[in-house]
Amino acid sequence: MDAAPATTRREFMLGEGSGTGSGQNLTVGMGPAHPAMHGIIRILAELDGEIIRKAEVEIGYLHRAFEKDCEVGGWNNAIPYTDRLNYVSPLINNFAYANAVEKLLGIDVTERCKFIRTIMSEISRICDHLTCVGASSMELGAFTVFLYMIKAREFLWELVEDVTGARLTISYGRVGGVRADLPEGFEAKVRAAFKQTREVLDEVHRLLTGNRIFMDRMVGIGALSRDETIGYAITGPLLRAVGVGYDVRRASPHWAYDRVEFEVPTQNDGDNYSRYLVRMAEMEQSMRIAEQALATIPGGPINVDFEGRPIDPAAYVDQGKQGKTEGLLLMPITLSPNLQGQNRTALERVTAHDKRVVLPPKETAYGSIEGLMNHFMLIMEGYGIRPPQGEAYFASEGANGELGFYVVSDGGDRPYRVRCRPPCLPPMAALHRMIEGEMIADLIPTFGSVNMIGGELDR
Amino acid sequence: MDGAAILERLRARLGSSVIETHAQHGDHTAVVDPAALPAALSLCRDDADLGFDVLMDLTAVDYQKYPGREDGPRFEVVYHLYSLRWNHRIRVKVRVDEDDAVVPTAVPLWPIANWFEREVWDMFGVRFEGHPDPRRLLMYEEFVGHPLRKDYPINRRQPLIGPRI
Amino acid sequence: MGVGSFFTSRLDEAIGWARKYSIFQYPFVTACCGMEYMATACSHYDVDRFGAGLPRFSPRQADVLFVVGTISHKMAPVLKRIYEQMTEPKWVVAFGVCTCTGGFYDNYATVQGIDTIIPVDVYIPGCPPRPESVIDGLMKLQEKIAVGAQRY
Repeated sequence: MDAAPATTRREFMLGEGSGTGSGQNLTVGMGPAHPAMHGIIRILAELDGEIIRKAEVEIGYLHRAFEKDCEVGGWNNAIPYTDRLNYVSPLINNFAYANAVEKLLGIDVTERCKFIRTIMSEISRICDHLTCVGASSMELGAFTVFLYMIKAREFLWELVEDVTGARLTISYGRVGGVRADLPEGFEAKVRAAFKQTREVLDEVHRLLTGNRIFMDRMVGIGALSRDETIGYAITGPLLRAVGVGYDVRRASPHWAYDRVEFEVPTQNDGDNYSRYLVRMAEMEQSMRIAEQALATIPGGPINVDFEGRPIDPAAYVDQGKQGKTEGLLLMPITLSPNLQGQNRTALERVTAHDKRVVLPPKETAYGSIEGLMNHFMLIMEGYGIRPPQGEAYFASEGANGELGFYVVSDGGDRPYRVRCRPPCLPPMAALHRMIEGEMIADLIPTFGSVNMIGGELDR
Repeated sequence: MDGAAILERLRARLGSSVIETHAQHGDHTAVVDPAALPAALSLCRDDADLGFDVLMDLTAVDYQKYPGREDGPRFEVVYHLYSLRWNHRIRVKVRVDEDDAVVPTAVPLWPIANWFEREVWDMFGVRFEGHPDPRRLLMYEEFVGHPLRKDYPINRRQPLIGPRI
Repeated sequence: MGVGSFFTSRLDEAIGWARKYSIFQYPFVTACCGMEYMATACSHYDVDRFGAGLPRFSPRQADVLFVVGTISHKMAPVLKRIYEQMTEPKWVVAFGVCTCTGGFYDNYATVQGIDTIIPVDVYIPGCPPRPESVIDGLMKLQEKIAVGAQRY
């Protein structure tokens, strides 16, 4: 029997507790255009004095038809749409979707690719937690913490930009692998960025964790009992804050998570303060995972073991046309910067070796007719990646919990159905239970600790 | 329990209500008769060895344009269940026709079914009998139609305000 | 002609200068662009140096409406109401390609450009726009404000 003091206090407040006693409740609509609602949630709170008697949460203000849009183009076309689901940790969405389709195809990516997916997912997770804790502290009035955390996020976004080319909506994952390999010198940059991030986390700990005002506002507020948390299918930091150590990375290890050591932090109280502590601890664990993965990633620096200076693609194609094909496919070619990472040595380390799914490296596409046809067949409409008929569900640990993708294929080159199981929908469904009985001002930190990301909630 | 054993347990307890079972890509699925759905889901949740205490996902798929299944039941409501205790998963499906798209609700078993079922109603038009609050979740109330159905064109414009471009 | 108009034109310029360096924006943030908005507003790419550092979360107190992120048809009436609640002089910035034209969300749920509902002064395309683009857009807006050009 769970008798967390917070929930019984709330039951008392809702029952015979204080209130104006006038019997007339005031309905306040914290409407969709509200800074603390992160733009797009409407909470209709019926207030009796300061206590929320009944709350109703209305969502859907950012519904952008993700699931329908995925059915329109090819399997890889859905990747940019998945970026914009949980837009603070887009890499996790990319990779989880790509992995669901790979499950359907029955292919496995290369080891190096698994390590890259792990590293980039963890960097994304840190960005998500930084944004969450930063934004919710700003809403409590701790603006400095917000500025510090966004500064730390900028360091991580520089890393992401180095690897993927963009800061936020990166479209880096592909079915069968990732777009390109890690750049040179990445490990040193990661170490520098993590050093800065650790300093920021230290500062934030000093500012917030023992802070009287912060604790008064967060401890014991917004708690949910363990049974309710499980009944509402809540996963992620909110579930770990009630003491259930469920983490998809541990429960069904995928990518490189079984080859790195990390802890799954849990707390016991289930209130906002526990969720904050869980998130802060998770950031440190994510950095640990990324560092270990970088240390043990297979396939070191680019192997240049063939002689000959690299030639540019036009000359390469010419040589092929003239019939000088002996040893042609082994020659290195210089690619333009926006095709960086598409040459054979780099691409083969990070994508599955499956011709039906992954674009061939540029040497093969430019230098042999089979490669050209392969490329053409994958891009042309009506062909492309065609998983066999069937369905698959793959879950990864998103920053908010279990991020699942359920994909159904009818054998064609377009997805028949893509369903994203949003990790922040269950906490939003349970939000009314978290705030009924609390005071109206407690709604803000509770909502902030849920880390609702609109793109994922409304899809 | 591994997936095959779970399906065995379901078949043993539910008998002919389990229409078919299959295992694909490591996922185990049981297709159940709609009338037997409450019993099946209760069994999944309450049986000690199954122990599916988490309703991970509840969604639907419209099979109208699926090659080979255009004439069969149109909608398939899919339940993804997970057990925290045993760390195993199962997928339970029910098939309903377009004309009779009613499925018993799972709200008494898992409170999260409330929102998931509202979303399925919103997007597909499958009604859940016994649902306490059958309203749309994602679209606005005045919206006409169920967008994720295969016969709803993606760029049909139905703006609430403003020009219809 | 004449001394009077010299003073009024100088006055207009002075008012324009004052207005452009004291932008109180209402950030109507919905989606991913909000992350880049936050990045632009914070220390790395500071907009405070342009005088735009204080967001006002009430339309009555703001003069620039930054529409940041996709507007769906469910949200559109809310946006229109917020715009109508703002007092003149007001400007609107369409931040991100979803607000400019609907972005790649060509579907039943997304408004294909907020200029179908409210008049827009500056369009900042990008998905999401880099903070440098945002600052470029902000500077163009400042030119517009300095001249006193409105669109309503």
